[in-house]
Amino acid sequence: MRKQKLVMVGNGMAGVRTLEELRKIAPDMYDITVFGAEPHPNYNRILLSPVLAGEMTIQDIILNDLQWYADNEITLHLGARVTQIDRKKRSVVATGKDGEPITVDYDRLLLATGSTPFMPPIPGKDLPGVISYRDIKDTDEMIDAAAKYQHAVVIGAGLLGLEAANGLALRGMDVTVVHISDWIMERQLDRTAGKMLQAALEAKGMKFKLNAQTAELVQGESGRVGAIKFKDGDSLPADLVCIAAGIRPNVELAEKSGIHCNRGIVVSDTLQTYDPRVYAVGECANHRGTAYGLVAPLFEQAKVAANHLAEMGIGRYEGSVTSTKLKVTGIDVFSAGDFSGAEGTEDIVLHDPGVGIYKRLVLKDDKLVGAVLYGDTKDGAWYFQLLKDEQDIRDIRDNLVFGNSHLGDVGHKGNSLAASMPDTAEVCGCNGVCKGTIVKAIKEQGLFTLEDVRKHTKASSSCGSCTGLVEQILASTIGGAYQPADSNNKAVCGCTDHSHGEVRKAIRDNKLLSVADTQKFLAWKTPNGCATCRPALNYYCLSTWPHEAIDDPQSRFINERAHANIQKDGTYSVVPRMWGGLTTPDELRAIADAAEKYKVPTVKVTGGQRIDLLGVKKEDLPAMWEDFAKAGMCSGHAYGKSLRTVKTCVGAEHCRFGTQRSMDLGVKLEKMLFGMWSPHKVKLAVSGCPRNCAESGIKDVGVIGVDSGYELYIGGNGGIKTEVAQFFCKVKDDAEVMEYGGAFIQLYREEGFYLERTCHYLERVGMEHIKKRVLEDEANRKALYEKLLFALQNYKDPWAEIFEDKSGGIHKRQFEIIKV
Amino acid sequence: MSEWKRICAVSDVPVLGSRVVHSEDEGRIALFRNSADQVFAVRDRCPHKGGPLSQGLVHGTTVTCPLHSWKIQLDDGQVVPPDVGCVKPFPVKVENGEVFLSL
Ligand code: SRM
Ligand SMILES: Cc1cc2nc3c(=O)[nH]c(=O)nc-3n(C[C@H](O)[C@H](O)[C@H](O)COP(=O)(O)OP(=O)(O)OC[C@H]3O[C@@H](n4cnc5c(N)ncnc54)[C@H](O)[C@@H]3O)c2cc1C
Ligand code: SF4
Ligand code: FES
Repeated sequence: MRKQKLVMVGNGMAGVRTLEELRKIAPDMYDITVFGAEPHPNYNRILLSPVLAGEMTIQDIILNDLQWYADNEITLHLGARVTQIDRKKRSVVATGKDGEPITVDYDRLLLATGSTPFMPPIPGKDLPGVISYRDIKDTDEMIDAAAKYQHAVVIGAGLLGLEAANGLALRGMDVTVVHISDWIMERQLDRTAGKMLQAALEAKGMKFKLNAQTAELVQGESGRVGAIKFKDGDSLPADLVCIAAGIRPNVELAEKSGIHCNRGIVVSDTLQTYDPRVYAVGECANHRGTAYGLVAPLFEQAKVAANHLAEMGIGRYEGSVTSTKLKVTGIDVFSAGDFSGAEGTEDIVLHDPGVGIYKRLVLKDDKLVGAVLYGDTKDGAWYFQLLKDEQDIRDIRDNLVFGNSHLGDVGHKGNSLAASMPDTAEVCGCNGVCKGTIVKAIKEQGLFTLEDVRKHTKASSSCGSCTGLVEQILASTIGGAYQPADSNNKAVCGCTDHSHGEVRKAIRDNKLLSVADTQKFLAWKTPNGCATCRPALNYYCLSTWPHEAIDDPQSRFINERAHANIQKDGTYSVVPRMWGGLTTPDELRAIADAAEKYKVPTVKVTGGQRIDLLGVKKEDLPAMWEDFAKAGMCSGHAYGKSLRTVKTCVGAEHCRFGTQRSMDLGVKLEKMLFGMWSPHKVKLAVSGCPRNCAESGIKDVGVIGVDSGYELYIGGNGGIKTEVAQFFCKVKDDAEVMEYGGAFIQLYREEGFYLERTCHYLERVGMEHIKKRVLEDEANRKALYEKLLFALQNYKDPWAEIFEDKSGGIHKRQFEIIKV
Repeated sequence: MSEWKRICAVSDVPVLGSRVVHSEDEGRIALFRNSADQVFAVRDRCPHKGGPLSQGLVHGTTVTCPLHSWKIQLDDGQVVPPDVGCVKPFPVKVENGEVFLSL
């Protein structure tokens, strides 16, 4: 079959990213030809600022070298500008670098022509020495001028203008920034932050002329620009004038070929123009009325466009929320969202001119809609996440302005240390990766996403506790280009574009009963998924359709498949259940016997009030389990995303302070929840009085006895990041603890994303949501509780299932070794 | 020298699962079967820290190690980048539903 022909116009960041995405999902679908007007392969335009500032070189910022195009069989025409599109014949004509025309046919055309700098109609704007700031050529010209001349004027105090001014100043020029408004970066900053920033830049040697209207650029004796004149009569010497007065989508070519444009090439949610064979991505495109000028949205567009080009047709681009960060070393400014002070908004402001800190948060309807930070921006990424997730901030409002670290650790979302950490500090404790390594990889390999960083450095790829920190390092290294994924909509893994929520919904709405059915229904991109998605899908099917879904042992981690914990040397550990932490001489004897009989090297009391036999050979497991069963013991599920333990204190049964019979209730709860699978492991504790000897305050469900009944706490976690459980409600007796606690656990089982502990689930959906469904709605609570009990009906000890399988089924045979 | 040895029936290996074969000369070998009924064999020792690959999750023609999630290609034993390394693959053939290993 003939391959289709894809032609791309514009060899910049958005276009090439689209090709990269396309290569990932449909590597052989198209013959690709690329035209780039610049003579360079794709480079990271953002990093022109550090190049100008002398912190990096052009070589450092190349994203795809010529070899990449060759390896991917992409025909590349550099220094070739496309001048014409013939949509009837479906061909484009370009002028090659030697002036010869090049004509190429297309089946689909991708326009990624970026923007052109806006040049206000000032007399003298065409003089030598007057430039804009957009590409390598401009940057080279500025570096060159800085070596020869003294006076520079930058027109426009937006991000680009200030970064240009900073670079030129660092290269020794005397720089004045000329700006039309009465404070700088007025589109991103409010007046106070703008003035603070100005003072800091002045301290670095830059000068400012505000409220200034340029009248004319005057030619000097050399024929080059020599001065700038203002309407108020002032003038300044200027050997170099850099105009950074904004950008305009580059629509010239599209307009000429009759494609509908309106402040950008107008595109649909699939990034198609009015001619469906023609796509547009990047700064040249106008999507739902917005043409973006930052890379993060462009990357999202690239993904969707690639998806559509590959004829997968599931992705939709729905617009982006953006944030900006000024890349001037030593100065921290961050802004995101809308802070224009529209109707119905409220401000929280923290202003300490003494230490140079300003923070302004704009709220609307209990949600964060805008943020401006100056001086201390380490919480920028966190605020941005809150903003994008539209999270209800009512509960944290009083401490919000002090930042994330002030709220205590919020689980996996990290604690804002990135900027202040030295390069040698270890970020990922599991894989031993330090900050310097991550920053280096981001810069040298042009990484933009958390996934990229995980792949290249391994940081955050194991336990995940440093994810927040890595995201912040990304944010502080690449600035506005960083786009945290919307945490509710992150794709499950690279095998699909669907999020956990979408997958759960599809399974529920379409009654999908197995991993394979789900993958088929949702058009999984890989034949069998991977170690990330398969366990999640298996759990979602089982928890949504109890007793009907088909459990797939091969989609479970080895621990759940072998019903024991794998050890570093490939042996296993066995933890029999001890209900509520209670045991008997018979049970202890059985454990002692088994330890001797199977030559168990280590016997240890666990943190979960029971006994662990470590170092058991896999072949011995079924026999050992059978011995335990004879003593009346069964699996402790110390290995599963399931109920672990219910820890108890001695309680009113013996203790002189006990108000409630905690051992009793603990055993009841553990028996009720036996065999429960959940998004992540679930731990409970029952204490007999507020002295809380069972540590109920750090459990998924913690119960504390008081004189008149019990207090219930939820969402505690004693693990990677300690999280104190939140008070949920007060109930009067054991039956109510079981009903209320059970209903909460069932809600979590139905709504939690795989590998989300209750504390993360609670953080995501909010306490209000849970209270509404469990406390305020009695019928719903009872229904949840019943669904839980129904799902757990007839659960059989998995150890017994295996050793009783006398027919030697395939799952039993996994324990046998074939000797040859 | 090396000869084809009959190991077991293909159906003795679970789909997307594995069996451990113990050979006098080669020690533990992991035998895998994927969803396309292809059978692979590699030494049962992850090049990272020696994890038992037989206990991993199989997908496509790859296994994810159960200890720290390195991915290993089953056909040639190469580790999937960005990690690096390899594990010894063993020639396998299937005849009439029976698996043979060349040892
Ligand atoms: C055996 C035990 C340590 C001990 O000797 O005391 C243990 C051992 C392991 N824990 Fe734990 N944890 C043990 C109590 C705890 C506790 C304390 C507790 O439960 O009271 C915690 C903190 C409380 C909590 O979970 O909130 C704890 C927090 C973790 C975490 C972090 C969880 C988190 O959400 O932050 C992990 C990692 C994970 O689950 O992903 C973990 C994972 C592990 C694993 C399963 C690591 C693994 O994946 O292989 C360890 C298995 C060792 C083995 O081969 O047997 N273990 N682990 C404890 C078994 C308790 C039991 O009887 O079931
Ligand atoms: C100095 C500087 C600093 C920046 N800093 C940041 C930042 O910190 N954060 C951030 O998010 N963004 C930043 N940006 C913006 C960011 O670089 C752009 O949003 C991004 O590069 C746009 O990508 P694009 O592919 O749409 O356009 P471009 O990268 O501009 O690519 C378009 C390409 O198409 C070529 N082209 C145009 N017409 C034709 C034609 N007819 N034929 C052939 N080729 C053609 C152009 O020559 C150009 O190479 C910065 C920009 C600059 C200039
Ligand atoms: S038992 Fe828990 S804390 Fe100890 S090494 Fe293993 S995972 Fe870490
Ligand atoms: S031992 Fe296999 S990944 Fe570490």
